[in-house]
Amino acid sequence: MNKTYDNRAWFLVLPVFLVVAFSAIIPLVTVVNYSVQDIFGPGERYFVGLEWFREVLRDTRLHEALWRQFLFSGLVLLIEIPLGVAIALMMPRRSGWAASLALVLLALPLLIPWNVIGTIWIIFTRPDIGLLGYAVNSAGIPFDHTAAPLDAWITVMLMEVWHWTPLVALLAYAGLRAIPEAYYQAARIDGASDWAVFRYIQLPKMRGVLTIAVLLRFMDSFLIYAEPFVLTGGGPGNSTTFLSIHLVKIAVGQFDLGPAAAFSIIYFLIVLLFSWVFYQVLQRVGTGDRR
Amino acid sequence: MQLTLERVDLKVGVETYLGEVDLVLEPGSLNVLLGPTLAGKTSLLRVMAGLDRPTGGRVLVDGRDVTGQSVRRRNVAMVYQQFVNYPSLTVYENIASPLRQAKRLSAADIDRRVRATAEMLRLDGLLDRLPAELSGGQQQRTAIARALVKDADLLLLDEPLVNLDYKLREELREELRQLFAGRRTTVVYATTEPQEALILGGSTIVLDAGRVLQAGSALAVYHGPCSVRVAEVFSDPPINVMPIRIEGELCRTPDGAAFPRGEHMRGLPGGEYRAAVRAEHVRVNGAAGRAALGAIVELAELSGSETFVHARHAALTLIARQDGVHEYRLGEQVTLHFDPDRVLVFDTAGALVAAPRHPALERRVA
Amino acid sequence: MARIEFKQLAHTYRADPRGLEDYALKPMNQVWRDGGAYALLGPSGCGKTTLLNIISGLLQPTAGRVYFDGVDVTERPTAQRNIAQVFQFPVIYDTMTVFDNLAFPLRNRRVPEPEVKRTVERVAEMLELGAELRRRARGLSADAKQKISLGRGLVRSDVAAILFDEPLTVIDPHLKWTLRRKLKQIHQSLGLTLIYVTHDQTEALTFADEVVVMHDGRVLQSGTPQELFEAPAHKFVGHFVGSPGMNFLPCVLEADGARVDGVRIALPPDVVAKGRRAGGRFEIGVRPEALRLEAEPRNGAPRVRIEALAELGHYRIAAVRLGTHPLKVKLPEEQEPPRDAAYLCFTPALTRLYADGVLVG
Repeated sequence: MNKTYDNRAWFLVLPVFLVVAFSAIIPLVTVVNYSVQDIFGPGERYFVGLEWFREVLRDTRLHEALWRQFLFSGLVLLIEIPLGVAIALMMPRRSGWAASLALVLLALPLLIPWNVIGTIWIIFTRPDIGLLGYAVNSAGIPFDHTAAPLDAWITVMLMEVWHWTPLVALLAYAGLRAIPEAYYQAARIDGASDWAVFRYIQLPKMRGVLTIAVLLRFMDSFLIYAEPFVLTGGGPGNSTTFLSIHLVKIAVGQFDLGPAAAFSIIYFLIVLLFSWVFYQVLQRVGTGDRR
Repeated sequence: MQLTLERVDLKVGVETYLGEVDLVLEPGSLNVLLGPTLAGKTSLLRVMAGLDRPTGGRVLVDGRDVTGQSVRRRNVAMVYQQFVNYPSLTVYENIASPLRQAKRLSAADIDRRVRATAEMLRLDGLLDRLPAELSGGQQQRTAIARALVKDADLLLLDEPLVNLDYKLREELREELRQLFAGRRTTVVYATTEPQEALILGGSTIVLDAGRVLQAGSALAVYHGPCSVRVAEVFSDPPINVMPIRIEGELCRTPDGAAFPRGEHMRGLPGGEYRAAVRAEHVRVNGAAGRAALGAIVELAELSGSETFVHARHAALTLIARQDGVHEYRLGEQVTLHFDPDRVLVFDTAGALVAAPRHPALERRVA
Repeated sequence: MARIEFKQLAHTYRADPRGLEDYALKPMNQVWRDGGAYALLGPSGCGKTTLLNIISGLLQPTAGRVYFDGVDVTERPTAQRNIAQVFQFPVIYDTMTVFDNLAFPLRNRRVPEPEVKRTVERVAEMLELGAELRRRARGLSADAKQKISLGRGLVRSDVAAILFDEPLTVIDPHLKWTLRRKLKQIHQSLGLTLIYVTHDQTEALTFADEVVVMHDGRVLQSGTPQELFEAPAHKFVGHFVGSPGMNFLPCVLEADGARVDGVRIALPPDVVAKGRRAGGRFEIGVRPEALRLEAEPRNGAPRVRIEALAELGHYRIAAVRLGTHPLKVKLPEEQEPPRDAAYLCFTPALTRLYADGVLVG
């Protein structure tokens, strides 16, 4: 629908527009600038066209980091979405002090600064002084996330799931609350089992919020940096070096701005592509609409 | 205000919500928008208010083009189906809110107007309650009061009574009719019920599939629908439509039954037509009319004072309305009588060719 | 099929009710016979939806018992009560086709697939949905969706009663007639017990064999549409049933009739006698359909002023005043409407006497 034209609205938007321009668009343009130049020092820049892009795409360590990242994001979605929905289903449906309490407890992990989360989990899983680390080791299972790649992965996944599943649960809960009571009543009258109620009523009606949840979790997990960096620093070796950690190593560690900039752009495009794909798929699933 | 819509179109993607709407609403008039759901009534109201900009055509207020103007600059008030009130404000504050936003009135003036409007809608005892503490009818009255207190030039109501129980609807309708009568506001009231169009009176605009089919005084449109579709929309129970063939002095139905021509059908050449007669004009057994059709009873619905008989004649299902309570058995043979002078005749394309004479049609159509 | 009975059924939504006024349903006893079509009619807040939910098992009553065919089902959950319910807005399973929607209750009960197919096709035929069976339920119109909701109840062979909670609210006026016809035909051919909740008196009166009028949590009268129309037991019933409702005139009882503002209105002697025995504040109740306006003076007919005339297509409503009391009179289309004054004629057989709001005779 065309809303009628009101000039005054633009003035309200102007400050935000300027802030976004400063903090996002100008740096983006700078990155594009760097990605097509070779910089030896201030004042010594040479235009190299797509050279950096070619080099970056040939880099095997980049390929490895990319696979690791996909594996990580895939696991995140596979675990967090069903788990979040399950938690939302278990929460009290009616408003009241029980629901409010549950929501507050659920939201706690989301409020902690991300590097602090990394620190919590380092200590928590240490074999000598960490509650979890000590308990597991004394049960006979050798567990050290600084030594074994598998253990590092398990720890990173545990941390990630603990941190972000509440977001999915909150979104799913909001979606569930929006379903009118009449649907549940009709299902009871039809003799539907709890599983049928979930499959035919709750899940379809949560499609909107689940789309948002999948998109958010995918993008965030694909870009993840602070928590795994604090926890493992990308180690042991390269085993938990995800894409953003790899990127920072190139840009800051090696101070090679050209390839880093080129890679940032590729990174951005990958996230954009996958988000678009997810969105299209989720909008069509189960509706049969020819949209 | 005089509101004019010139060739207004509203298209969204491939959907046409409104097509070539041409309307002139006189100042102070009461206009009822009648049409089924999804006919475009809400879209039309939104274009009139200025909430949506038409994709084609112009909207004029007293001759001035206001098509691009935002709703805030126009002098419009709107009442919705769902009782929309500010939930955290008392009834008094709700009614006062449009006046406070205008900022041109003193507190004493605001108080006076709020109390006068509240009294008109019988809300004077409820002024310090919150909307959540009110019944549905009271909440809707608050919404109406808020719209009326502005004394806007244009008042739009989108099926405002549809969420209330029928008795309350009857009462509020009567109140609204009296309220609108005394004011110079141009009122547009959207509804799906033909009964409301007749009770409220004024001018009726029949809308279907985004197009205005007919506009005129309520009785003129009721007694002289310009097409079969208008007759169908403006009837409750649904009007009986049957294909006929006019041969000489007789009208024949497809299965061979015949009845004489009505007075008003004199000038019509022979050929295929569609005849429509309202349920109220069809009698069952009893007093013979000049037209008779044998039929089999499918269903008899008894309301306390009248009976609706659904009967089947060949391939047609007809509805007849009878005074009083009469029992009929399913499958019973009956004769349906009606007076050919009451029949509306349309050509095969659906346009009106002959209508019974009626005083309402002789008066100048608004 | 079920004969439905309540004994001392009452319900309150409050945790600690202080008195009868806190009860949404005041204690009531009712017997509804097997195979009957009943309508629960009343304004918003009268308790009809509460009662419906107690019958279906979605709500547990605070007090009293519910019996289906003599069996106490008060504690039984909904799924075991063999009822089906159609709600105000269509409730369908979006992701399924029409066929799957109708088959859902049967598949939940593990009915073998060939029988499912037969039953679904039979019911779809009855509801004129046969052509749509393979379509996704999402894309259909509101009335088709309501038919699907109804169909889900009809497919179950063990269904005892079908409950309707204002099912025609979102349907267009024309389609209401078609759906009502369909419901009545289904009722006649299947003989199920149907309970229909509505606030629309036309729907209630045309649908039901017996109408139960409720107000403020109480059943005021239960009777055929004709009984409710001609002899409302309670002033509220007279007011709520009929459009427009019954006219009420405060009066004084005299030897041969009643007097309203000095105007004499005839009443049968046995009614007068009953009135005397009853005592209280008297009112004459007369329906707009039972009054006539004559242009020529009649025996004892008072002259009244015509204050307003509403044209309603095939009839007119005249608002007149008798003394200080407003009245509405229904005039047939054929009658030439009187100009400013006319003579008001009562029909003694249709004039009722009320004492303190209750029908005397």
